[in-house]
Amino acid sequence: MRARPRLKNPILRTRQPLTPPMPRSRTALGLTAQAAEGRFSLQRCESCGQVQYPPADSCRACLSEELPWTPMSGRGELLAHTTLHHSNDPFYRERLPWRLGLTRLEEGPVVVAHLHRDCPPPPAAVGVTAKLDKAGRGVLVALPADELGDMSTDPRHGEFSCDPEHRKVLVTDGKSRVGQALVRELAAAGAAVIWVGQAEPWKKFAGQDAVEKLPQVTVVPLDLTDERGVKRIGAEIGGRVDILINNAEVHRTQGIADSGGAEMARREMEVNYLGLLRLAQAFGPAMRARGADGGASATAWVNVLSVYALSNYPPQGTYSASKAAALSLSQCLRAEMQDAGIRVVNVFPGPIDEEWNQPLPPPKLAPERLARDIVRGLRDGVEDLFPGDVAREWLARWKDNPKVLERELALESRTA
Amino acid sequence: MSRKSYEGVALAAPVTVPYRRYSTRDAHWWIARALAALLKDTGLKKDAIDGLGISSFTLGPDTAVGLTQHLGMSLRWLDHVPMGGASGVVCLRRAARAVQAGDAEIVACIAGDTNHVDTFRRTLSTFSRFAQDAVYPYGSGGPNASFAFITDWWMRQYGVAREDFGKLCVAQRRNAMDNPHALLRKPLDLEDYLGARVIAEPLHLFDCVMPCAGADGYLVMTAERAEALGLESVRVLGAIERHNAFPDDPVQIRGGWALDRDELWAQAGVGPRDMDFFQAYDDYPVITLMQIEELGFCPSGEGAAFVREHEFAYDGDCPLNTCGGQLSMGQAGAAGGFLGLVEALRQLLGRPLGKQVAGATHGAVSGFGMINYDRGLCSAAAVLARS
Repeated sequence: MRARPRLKNPILRTRQPLTPPMPRSRTALGLTAQAAEGRFSLQRCESCGQVQYPPADSCRACLSEELPWTPMSGRGELLAHTTLHHSNDPFYRERLPWRLGLTRLEEGPVVVAHLHRDCPPPPAAVGVTAKLDKAGRGVLVALPADELGDMSTDPRHGEFSCDPEHRKVLVTDGKSRVGQALVRELAAAGAAVIWVGQAEPWKKFAGQDAVEKLPQVTVVPLDLTDERGVKRIGAEIGGRVDILINNAEVHRTQGIADSGGAEMARREMEVNYLGLLRLAQAFGPAMRARGADGGASATAWVNVLSVYALSNYPPQGTYSASKAAALSLSQCLRAEMQDAGIRVVNVFPGPIDEEWNQPLPPPKLAPERLARDIVRGLRDGVEDLFPGDVAREWLARWKDNPKVLERELALESRTA
Repeated sequence: MSRKSYEGVALAAPVTVPYRRYSTRDAHWWIARALAALLKDTGLKKDAIDGLGISSFTLGPDTAVGLTQHLGMSLRWLDHVPMGGASGVVCLRRAARAVQAGDAEIVACIAGDTNHVDTFRRTLSTFSRFAQDAVYPYGSGGPNASFAFITDWWMRQYGVAREDFGKLCVAQRRNAMDNPHALLRKPLDLEDYLGARVIAEPLHLFDCVMPCAGADGYLVMTAERAEALGLESVRVLGAIERHNAFPDDPVQIRGGWALDRDELWAQAGVGPRDMDFFQAYDDYPVITLMQIEELGFCPSGEGAAFVREHEFAYDGDCPLNTCGGQLSMGQAGAAGGFLGLVEALRQLLGRPLGKQVAGATHGAVSGFGMINYDRGLCSAAAVLARS
C-alpha cells in the first residue's frame, strides 16, 4: 500500500505534463505491443533459437528474418548499476536521481532497464518485466527477484502503473451490475473519491442505496446522450477526475434483419460511440492538463468495449458495430492523450453474464470478475485488456487470422 | 598473408581550430577553418589537395560529398568516416593506403563538429537506432549512463578505486595548464576530483568530458612528397582497427585492441616500452585504463596497479594525453577522435600545444568510438615515429 500522496499546494502552478522520449523504430515498437497486453517478450529466432535485444531486423546469429516475439522468463542477473544525477531530458530531470541497471537475462541478452530502488547492488538476481512508460512506450523494468510485478514500493516506478489507490475515479454508469462491481472493487483498492453516473436521476436504480453507503461514493447525474448535461458535469468535476471509467452502454441483441428500423442501432451509437465522444470532449482537456498534477495526477481513461469490437458477432450485429466505432474513436483519444502521459485502456470483455446475453451459452464473464480485472489492469499498467476465457480465445483467433474468424462467427450465428 | 606496411607514408601539418564551448557556426565552418589552417601551415594551394577524409556528427544533412562544393574542391579521392572516437586513426589508415596506391597525392583528414546549445541532446537522442530504442528512453543520461555501467563493473571486478581514475584525470589537467586551447584549465587536484558532484554513480563531474565545438586535421602524403614540399613529417609504423569485437562479453571488459595488439606491435617493430608517450581516447577514464591494459602497457586486469606505480604528466615516466586530452580540452564531437593523433604528431614534430615531452621520438595513439548500444564498437590504434 502506498502512502497517501501529499496534496499539491493549490497556489502553486500545475506543472505541464512531460513524457519520456517517444521515438522508436518500427521493429522496436513490437516490445510496446507486447507490453500493452502485459507481456514481456523479446525476439527469438525461429531458425536458430537465439534471443536478441535490442530489437533488430534479422537474427544476429544466423540472419534469419523470422523473429517472433516470445515470452521471457523474466529471470536475470544484475551485472552493473548506476544512479543518474543528471539527465538530458526534461522528463527525467524532474525525477532525478534515477536508477538504472544492466541485466543479463536467463535467455542470453543483456538489457538496460529501469532499476527498482530495492534491488541489491550487483551481482544480484533480479526479475525483469516489460511495462508501458508515461509515453506509452514499452520499457524494461528490473525488480527485486522476490517481488516480480509489484512496482509500487518504488515511488519512481509508480508512473508505470495507474493504481486507483488514493485517486479520484468517475464510473460513468452505476446502474449496471458491472458499474456496481467496479465501484466496490475501486473502493476496496483504496480509491479516494468515486463519482458514479446515473443516466436517469429521477429514479433510483436497483442497488443504489448499497452503492451510496460507501463513504467515497457520490452519485452524479450523467446521461451520455445529453451533450449539455455531460458538459455541465465535466465542468463541475472534470478538473478533479484522475481515472475515468466509461462503462455506460446500450446493448441490444439484434442483427440487421431482426430490426425493422435504425432506431435501436441509433440508441446504441448515441451512447456507445457518441457518448464516448461527448465524454472525451467534456473531460479530456481537463484531464490532459492534470497529467502532472502532483502525486495523484490524472492517469487513465478506461473504455469498457467488447471483444465484438474486433470482429462483428452477427447475432449482436449493431452492438458490435457501435463497439467497433468506439474502439476506433478510442485510438484517436489515445493519440491525443499520449502527450499528457494519460493511459487510455481499452477493455474487451467477452459476453458478460447479464440480461442481454441471456441466450448465450457459458462461459460468461461475471461482472465482479470484469471489475477485478480492470482494477488489476490499472495497477499493472496495461493498455489492452481481454478479460475472461472467451475474450482471450477470440483474440487468439483474431490475431491468427481475422478473415477465418469472420467466417467462423458467421457460421456460429446460424447454429446459435 | 601479412599486411602491407605503411612504409613511405608521411603525416604532416597537425592543426587544431581552437575549441569553443558553444558555437553558432555549423560544422561546415569548423571544417573549412581546419582546411584553411592546413593550407596556411604548409603553404600549399587548395588545388594541391586531391583527397579528403571527413569525420563529423553534426554535418547533417550533408556528408563529405556536399563539402566538396562548400569548400570548392575537385577531388579524386573522398571518404566519410563516421566512427567518432576511432575516426582519427581510421582516417589515417584509409588515407595512407590511398597515397600508397597512388589514388591520391595529398589527403587532408579533417574532423569538425559544432556545438549549439541543444546539439548534444539532439545528437544523443538519435545517435543510433539501438540507442534510440533501448538506451535513451531510460533516463536519457547519454554516454554518462553507459560508461557508468562499464566503470561500475570495472571497479568491482578489477578493484579499481576512484583514486586511480582520479590520478589520470589530475595528471591530464596538469598537462593542460600550458595549453592555451584547453577549455578547462582550472587547477585540479585529487581532492577536487573526489569531491566533485556525482553525475551518474560512480562517475563524478571530472570523469566526464565536456561537449564543445572544434576541429582538428592533418595531411597524409608520401614521404617523398613531404620532403619535396619541405614539410616535417611523421612515419606510421603500424595501425589497426576493429569493429564489434567480443560481442558476447556481457559488459564491455575489452575493446578490439585485445585482438589486434600483437599484430600492431609486430608490424611496428617496437613495443609499448619504446613509446615516449601514449595518447589514449579519454572520454571517460575507465576507457583510458582499458587501452593501457589492452595495448600491452600492463597485463589485463592490472591497470590499477600500473596507475599507482607510474606518473602520467608530460614529465612523468608514462606521459599520457599530453595536451590535457578531451577531459581538459573538451570533446569536440568527432574531432575528439582526432585530438590524440594530432597531439602525437605535434609532440613528434616538436611543436606541442602545451608542454613538450623531452626527446619524444615514438608515440602510440588509440581511438575508441560509437556507443551503439551498451558498448563502444570501434577501436583503433597507431604507432608513430619521427621521420
